Amino acid sequence: MIEITYFMQRVIAGILFVLAAPLIGGLLEGIDRKISARMQGRKGPSILQPFYDVAKLVKKQLLAVNNLQLLLVTSYFLFMVFTGALFFSGCDILMCFFAMSTASMFLLLASTSTHSPYSTMGSHRELIQIMSYEPMVLLTAVGFYLASDSFKVYEIVQSDRPTILFAPGFFLGFVFILTIKFRKSPFDLSTSHHAHQEVVKGVTTEMVGLQYALTELAEWYENVFLLGVVGLFFVSSNPWSYLAAVIAIAVVYFIEILIDNVSARVKWQLMLKMAWGMTLITGGLNLFILDLIR
Amino acid sequence: MENVITLLIGLPFVVALLLAFVTSDKVRGKIVYLGGLVLLILSVAAAVIWFGSRQTVTFDLPASEVLNYLVLGGDFFLMFLVIWLSVKHHKTIISVLSIVQTLMVAWVELFGPEVAESHHMRVDWLTIIMLLIIGIIGVLIGVYAVGYMRGYHMHHKEVGDRRRFFFAMIFVFYGAMYGLVTSMNILWLDFFWETTSVCSFLLIGYTQTQEAVNNSFRALWMNLLGGLGIAIAIVYAACMQHTVNLYDIIDNGVLVALGADPGNLLPIAMLAFAALTKSAQMPFSSWLLGAMVAPTPSSALLHSATIVKAGVYMLIRISVAMSGNSVGEMVYLIGGFTFFVGSLLAIAQSDGKKVLAYSTISNLGLITACAGMGKQETVWAALFLILFHAVSKSVLFQCVGAIENATGSRDIEDMQGLATRLPKLALVLLIGIAGMFLAPFGMLISKWAALKAFVDVKSTIMVLFIVFGSATTVFYWTKWMAKILGFNEKRENDVTQRSEYASLFFHAASIILLCLFFPAISYFMIEPLTKELFGTSVTVITEGNMVVMIIMAVAIFIVPLLIYAVTRQRKKYDVIAYMGGINVGDNKSFIDSFGEEMELHVSNWYMEEWLGEKKLMLPSIILGTLIIIVFLGVVLGGAIR
Repeated sequence: MIEITYFMQRVIAGILFVLAAPLIGGLLEGIDRKISARMQGRKGPSILQPFYDVAKLVKKQLLAVNNLQLLLVTSYFLFMVFTGALFFSGCDILMCFFAMSTASMFLLLASTSTHSPYSTMGSHRELIQIMSYEPMVLLTAVGFYLASDSFKVYEIVQSDRPTILFAPGFFLGFVFILTIKFRKSPFDLSTSHHAHQEVVKGVTTEMVGLQYALTELAEWYENVFLLGVVGLFFVSSNPWSYLAAVIAIAVVYFIEILIDNVSARVKWQLMLKMAWGMTLITGGLNLFILDLIR
Repeated sequence: MENVITLLIGLPFVVALLLAFVTSDKVRGKIVYLGGLVLLILSVAAAVIWFGSRQTVTFDLPASEVLNYLVLGGDFFLMFLVIWLSVKHHKTIISVLSIVQTLMVAWVELFGPEVAESHHMRVDWLTIIMLLIIGIIGVLIGVYAVGYMRGYHMHHKEVGDRRRFFFAMIFVFYGAMYGLVTSMNILWLDFFWETTSVCSFLLIGYTQTQEAVNNSFRALWMNLLGGLGIAIAIVYAACMQHTVNLYDIIDNGVLVALGADPGNLLPIAMLAFAALTKSAQMPFSSWLLGAMVAPTPSSALLHSATIVKAGVYMLIRISVAMSGNSVGEMVYLIGGFTFFVGSLLAIAQSDGKKVLAYSTISNLGLITACAGMGKQETVWAALFLILFHAVSKSVLFQCVGAIENATGSRDIEDMQGLATRLPKLALVLLIGIAGMFLAPFGMLISKWAALKAFVDVKSTIMVLFIVFGSATTVFYWTKWMAKILGFNEKRENDVTQRSEYASLFFHAASIILLCLFFPAISYFMIEPLTKELFGTSVTVITEGNMVVMIIMAVAIFIVPLLIYAVTRQRKKYDVIAYMGGINVGDNKSFIDSFGEEMELHVSNWYMEEWLGEKKLMLPSIILGTLIIIVFLGVVLGGAIR
């Protein structure tokens, strides 16, 4: 009986994510814009602006350079929702990351299917970005496994001590590659939230109307999922740990916004070197030390 | 069971002999189809009989004594063949390798110490799975080859038509593979092993161009070097352990962990070394790359179902004896390293077959690493990798071959928009690629299991190899997929023959079925297999994850089907792509700085100056060689002490 209620809890958590993530994601983006604007000495748009934007995009006429694109974008969206739902319903975190890379692959295919020079260029940069962050993402799962002997999120949240105590290196590495995942400067090579020059809008250049709305929504889902992973580092069986997680998420999010506003975009070579270097130094070292003392 | 196995080994040689004398193309085709069909039925029959009893059986072929001499005669025949060919092509030095090992083996057989009597053949779970791979995947490649070689000789007039020889060799290959996986007597195993070495050498040299000859000899010396390893293992086992039974040797290796003579690890190390050469691990990778010069069916055969699988078969066989010792360390380090470097090198290639070759090397690296770890979970993962790799790689090679016949190029850059140009081939290609790396497919399940196992045994370096190798693997497959789904208005004439499509679609369907039914396969085949090897039963992947994988599998298959439906209709495009306002009016061209129309080409990234062969190959070979020398030294040191 307890098992069934427990299972129901997990299902409900998953459903809650699917319903609430776009709201939270949109709000987060609104806050991001506001804070960025203040950092730049502007007033900035309303916090609800992202919702207005997406609503307007959905209403727009459906244009397509290639009929395939809508299909692939939809796949991207669905897989991203699925990824987050898996995570919040307490499934295997490594599976979540695998699902996430499958989702990103669909975005990439959607972008190259247009034969547009700008989106093609963007998608190749996106590929480099994926290659840069993927090792650290997988290592993060390893970090959780080392700390709580399980890949399963619902077991990780029940551990006696939060993961961060064992895996500070993994945490640092993950926060580092989060900049790439959030498409923040200095790693906003493939597309960016700000006006781009040489690749126009990169991966999303050819996406208009509904398609662009879907990528925006998918990104919100993705951000909530990724911040969830940040929070997971701090969660333990102690209920107060959830408060710590929320604070950590807020701090990390603010740092990402700050980095975005104080740095200039780098070339892909440097990004790859930095990301892999950080992965080895933070994640690799942490892993090595844990292997030694375990 | 005995009769079926006898037929499986004997029949291919008979068919090969027959094919060697048939000149008519039509008759040859019929013989290949019929022979293939019989082999397929026999392989499945063996599996059915097996499922009836599920008892490991050991037995002798009829007239075993005579066959012993036949095997010895065969060894000498191969030796003389190698001597003759290497003298003919002014590479006499290579024949030394062959002479030395043949004489060593012959000495054991004729004058060697008394060895314990035992049966010659053995059938167990692993054998059955290998039989199915050879009998289904291997045979279908033969079927595909009939149509392909017709097209090949129409396009390549400059290549002499040696199809009689080609198909004969393919059947010899089948026979040798069947023999290899059923042999219990290591002398026999050695003979079949050498046969596959020589066969692959002959197949690679098919076109007889200078490049083909050079590459074939490279394959030969590397494989013979591995064969030398087996010969050393035989001599050691016969003299020190008084046995020529592979399973006794493995058992003796396992006993080392319990305090037996560490010298028992020496034959295990030698067998592992042979397996590393055969499955083209790092210092020995170049022969498999060179194998691309051969016509596509032989590359497919070499890469997917046969020769490289002989290597990993051996590794899985001896995996119990490698668990937690220096031999295992050597094998998994080489494997992990090859996995990573192979995928890096694949990024810099634009030749479709070359990407496939590097991906084979890389993938085999992962299998090798899993086998070398010698844990139940990793062997489970290795077996799934073998299954998925055999099917996917076979279909990929066949597909690239068919595309080359249709478009005249196998360069990935020329595959722009294949989804609209050759929709059927593109669909098969996409499924094949998906089978190699995408989320719900075998590769990822196995990676999951492997990663967990390596974390459990606290191997930092292996965890790093796997996470970095996974990232680079995604890179080269995704950019290929992106190319196929791109845009192109060109239309192609699909010249793929019906026999080729039969094989292609069968493979594609198998990938999907493997993917959907993998829990069942795991439960009914792979888990009993690992239980048989390790004695305990363990469930590697949890129910929850299985459900997740199946949901993803279903989701991912709906997409390509929809893609196919969409590309078939090909509605008019509503808008043109953004090109800074200098479009000519379609997505194909733009106005250049001279005010003239210029065609637009989009190209993938290859990062040649970072990851090219020139940059990475030599250091990798040196590092790989160092790893092997160091660890063989450790094992040898243990044996002498």
